[in-house]
This record gives sequence, structure tokens and C-alpha cells, in this order.
Amino acid sequence: MAGAVDGRPARRSYRSWGRYPSAAPADVFPVVWRSDAPPFECLRGSVLPYACGRSYGDSCLNDGGLLLDVRRLDRLIAFDAAAGLLRCEAGVTLAEILALIVPRGWFLPVVPGTRWVSVGGAIANDIHGKNHHRAGTFGAHVTRLELLRSTGERIVCGPDDALFQATVGGLGLTGLVTWAEIRLKRIDGPGIAMERIRFPGLDAFFELATEDHAFEYTVAWVDCLARGPRLGRGIYMRGDHAPLDGPAPSPLAGARFTVPVDAPGGLLNRVTLALFNEAYYRSQLAGRRRSIVPYAPFFFPLDGVGDWTRLYGPQGFVQYQCVVPGVPADGPIRTIFERIARSGEPASLGVLKRFGAARSPGMLSFPREGTTLAVDFAVRGTRPFALLDDLDAIVREAGGAVYPAKDARMSPESFRAFFPQLDRFRPHQDPRFSSSFWRRVHAS
Amino acid sequence: MPPDSPIRVFVVGATSAIATETARVYAAYGARLFLAARNADRLEAVAADLRTRGAARVETALLDATDHHRCEEVVEAAWTALGGLDVALLAHGVLPDQARCQASAAEALRSIDVNLGSAVALLTPLANRFEAAGRGCIAVIGSVAGDRGRQSNYVYGAAKGGLDRFLEGLRNRLFRAGVAVVTLKPGFVDTPMTAGLVQGPLFVSARRAGRDVHRAIERRRDVAYIPWFWRPIMAIIRILPERLFKRLRL
Repeated sequence: MAGAVDGRPARRSYRSWGRYPSAAPADVFPVVWRSDAPPFECLRGSVLPYACGRSYGDSCLNDGGLLLDVRRLDRLIAFDAAAGLLRCEAGVTLAEILALIVPRGWFLPVVPGTRWVSVGGAIANDIHGKNHHRAGTFGAHVTRLELLRSTGERIVCGPDDALFQATVGGLGLTGLVTWAEIRLKRIDGPGIAMERIRFPGLDAFFELATEDHAFEYTVAWVDCLARGPRLGRGIYMRGDHAPLDGPAPSPLAGARFTVPVDAPGGLLNRVTLALFNEAYYRSQLAGRRRSIVPYAPFFFPLDGVGDWTRLYGPQGFVQYQCVVPGVPADGPIRTIFERIARSGEPASLGVLKRFGAARSPGMLSFPREGTTLAVDFAVRGTRPFALLDDLDAIVREAGGAVYPAKDARMSPESFRAFFPQLDRFRPHQDPRFSSSFWRRVHAS
Repeated sequence: MPPDSPIRVFVVGATSAIATETARVYAAYGARLFLAARNADRLEAVAADLRTRGAARVETALLDATDHHRCEEVVEAAWTALGGLDVALLAHGVLPDQARCQASAAEALRSIDVNLGSAVALLTPLANRFEAAGRGCIAVIGSVAGDRGRQSNYVYGAAKGGLDRFLEGLRNRLFRAGVAVVTLKPGFVDTPMTAGLVQGPLFVSARRAGRDVHRAIERRRDVAYIPWFWRPIMAIIRILPERLFKRLRL
């Protein structure tokens, strides 16, 4: 009740965003000061940094182990407003940074679909956004960071260091990031001049994607339940930074509406979602619509509804996000859409985007050139896991990857196939650090 | 205060979560701040944060508030550095372990000195300076624990209760001088100080508490509960007859 002033709950909970799987740390150690190293020698078991818990699956969980809660490492350190360099502690949220820099004419180089992620989490998952085709990943804009190892050693490293390349996308396993420095970008104002284009199917999507280079941000929403000639229909959204009449709403404001309780398990079923998808698709009557909107609803539409994941019912949900390389990549993507539509799984909104050619800086970074698709599935008993195993096989065949930050179920074999630099990464892992995800993809 | 000169705020216990969040609100308005705390690294981390968030100026001084002589020095340093003060916020304190205080008088007295003695050491020179200036606001973080002695933390409660009386008298004295004295009484706030307690529905974030503290100071409230809903709760707890209260396990 009382705590959600700024979207951050006062009460601590240590779940992942999809609320699947359930896992409980044996203990939690709050890290409050960057100058004070946690007493690693006194802490038992494996440790894992935890901040906002916005990873969907189990990469931010440490079942039976210890979580280092870094949400209080929330201090800014320095902002060079001439050069656009910001240094801050790892628990600072992107919302906090935007509140400071947007009025001063700067923006984060990369933002994901929610502003409630920490800088440490953005680095550990080497997150991407709607401008991947131009800017690459978040980690590509980190100029340096400090890593605190369980030996007590502090290492400041930058893009040319192997330890940095292991830490970016390294799922929090190379040690505790205490602070990082980020290169920001200039913007004209807090608005986004956006264009929404309804497209009838997958071919039309790929045609629109050839125009991506002319826009800073592009992404498409796709109806995953449509079949036959309408397969892959959706709405393409693209935009650029623009001045805005009047002030933008504060990014620190919480959601206007919060889902108060878990919805009944069957609320999001094939019928309700098909109706929703149809209505959403039809909501755009014209083929094209242009408008200027504040940046927050453009980037973070779901932040407008607090605890929206409760709509998926008590067992939680999984999000499946894959990338399939190749230009054009419509072959495997079309097969994936067909499998989802045929499976009978109530898939809700899918998000489709072309990743650019920028090489990701991390050894275990997920983004690579190709087409990425993200789809939510409610968990009910053993569903939708068989379907997702099938999709993994398609992605492996195509030489793609599945995103660990969203994952709760990929097999060790798939993980090794998706991340060929795994052997380069291993020597840099901190031996005291582990996660539920890490143990799962290393199970024999 | 003329609009072109940013507000001058002195914060003791500046590395505490509630003080930091309150100072962040002032920093966003471009305030000039003088921060005092015990640990140099932590103090510098907070100072850098406030500078980055827009404070016009941030000065610091190391202070262990149980060093009463040093308290007076730091008050003078703050007053001199900022050329006078508009607001003084005392936010230092520790939540002692009740069981250890019951086992050791020295332990109990030490915690009373940190939570009450040090406040007197700071408030005495501060009150005289504010009184002479004829304006400004002294705000002190007390606690709902000071409203009634309870078996589970009466040593802490005694210090905060004594502080309450001290501030009442000070408010009464400084009223004529045009100086406000604000007693702030937080309930459960999610801070490192309460990390050992099980979190219930009455817990609020430090950020919420900081905003409420800032508002209470700006509105020159006499006594402000943080957040507001502790006022009716404590009203009920205060009116329970002692004959009944002594039987409760609170």
C-alpha cells in the first residue's frame, strides 16, 4: 500500500519478473555502500547480485544461495554535462537517470521496454532496445566499470579488457559491479515523433524493416494467433526524438493503475487474447498514423500498469525471445509463427524487430544481426514447455540464440549452441558467484 | 529568503537513508548543503550524489555526534561555510539492541547518549544561532517509539521520548524568535537501520519518508508523523490506560 510512490515497492521481494520458477534465496545481504565490500569470507554458499528483479526467468534468482541486494547502491557519482558522461552506482534505475538527464537535453543510449531496471542489470544482460539497428546494445555505451571480486579485489575495466567483455552480458557472474560510466546521447527534446503503420503479414514486416535505417527507433507488435494469409500481421512503430509541447511526465512516477491480485489462471486464454489481438490490430483504422508523444509511453507502455504480470495468473509466465540470423530471415521466423499459431497456446502480443549488424561487446551477449521475436506464454502445468523446446530446435538449426534474461527452461545443450564464446567466458567467472539459471544450463 | 539565493541546509547523520532522501529533494531544488556524518567514504558518496543531482554546493565535515565538543565545532563550521543556515536537520541515531541494553547499563547509556545527548549537544548551539538570526527551521528526527515506553525497545523509546520533551520546550522558546522546530516521527521505514526487522504492510520506502520529511519542514509543521497514518495509530497507543498497557506484549 504505502510504498509505491515511485514504482519501487518498499517491501522487499526476491522473485523474477515472470514469477516462474519460484525460488527462494537462503539469505539476502544488502549492499549499501560501494566503499564497503560484502564480507565474502563470512557468507556461505554462492552469491548473486540482485536489484530490480526484471529478468523474467531464473537468471536473477539464486535458489538456496545468497542474493546481494544492491538496490541501495543508488547514488549518482558524476555527470559531465558537456561530454555527456554519467557515472553512477550499479543499483541506480534507468528511470532515475532519465529524470536527471532528459531535462538537460540528454538521453540514455539504449533503453529496454521498462525503465525500472538497474544499471547493473542492464550491463549484466547487455540489454537492447528499439534502436539496436543503430546503437547496438547497452554495453556498447559503457566506457568503464568497477568490478568487486569475491577475493576483495577491485578492478576498473573498460571495453578493451577481457574481464569487461565477460561482465557485459555476463549475467552477474563475474563479480559485483559497483559503479559504471555510461556515454549518453544528445536529444532535441522529451518527445518522440512516431509513426504507426498497420501491416497485413510477415512479408510486409520485412519490407518495412528495410526502411529501419531512416529511423532511430523501430519495433513491431505482432498478432501471434493470426494464421494463414494473416500470419505475422501487426503494427509497426518507428520514431525519432523530437521536441514536445509542454513538459514530459516524470519518469519516477509510478503506474496509474496496479493489478491488485493474481488473475484466475484461465483469464488470458485463446479466446480473450484473440479478441484482444483483433481489437488492437483494428484499433488502427488508417494504414499510417503520425503523432508526437512523450518518450515514456513510447518506450515503456507496460510501465503504465503496475504488476501487470499478475494477469498471467498464479503460476506466472515465461517469455520466449529468440534471434534468428540472416538477411532476410523470414524462413525460420515464419516457421516459428506457424508453430505458435498451430500449437493452441494462448500467445499474447509478440514483439518483432530487426537487430542491426553492430557486434555486441559481451562474450555472452544475446543480440546479433538478424530478426528477434519475443512472445509471452502463461505457465499452466507442463505447458508451454514442449512448444518452446520445438522452437529452440528451429533457432539452433538457424544458428540463432535464445535470450537468457527471459529464459526459465532452455536445455544445457541449447545454451552451449547459442553461446559459442562460453569457453572464453568461463575463466572470468567469479568462483563464488552463481545463479539458478547458471546451475540449470550446466546440469549434466 | 530572496529567490536568487538557494536554501542553506545543514544535515547531521547525512548518510542515513531518510536524511539522504530528504537531502536529494533539496538538491533537486539547487540547495546549498552542509553534511555531517561519521564515515568519510560514505559521506563523500552521498555528497557526490547530491552534487550530481543539482545541489548548488555541498560541504562536508566528519562528526561522531557522541563527541559533544566536536558537535559545537561542526555547527560553527556549517554556519560559517554557508553564511548562516535556513534549515538544520538532525537525522543521526542508532537503533540499539534492547536485550543488550537490558544486560548492560553502559550499553543503554551509550545508546541514550547517541540518540539524546548528542542531539542536545547539537541543538544548544544551533538554537542560539537560529534565535539570534530570528528565522529558520530546526528539524529533528525522533521516532514513534518515543510516544510510549514499550518492553521491546524502551531504551530507544526513552531517548526519543526525552528528545520529544526537549523539542517541545525548544519550540516554545524559539516561537517568539520566529524559528520553527519540527519534530519528525517516522514509523517503520525500509532502511539499513531496520534491516533486521520483518517487513510488514506499515513499512514505507526511504524515498517516501524523505519526501514527507521535506514537506513537513517546508510547511513548518510542529510534529509530523512519517507517514501520516502513524498519527492515529499512536493516538490510540497513547490513550490506552497504563493498567491495560502494562499487560500487553508490544
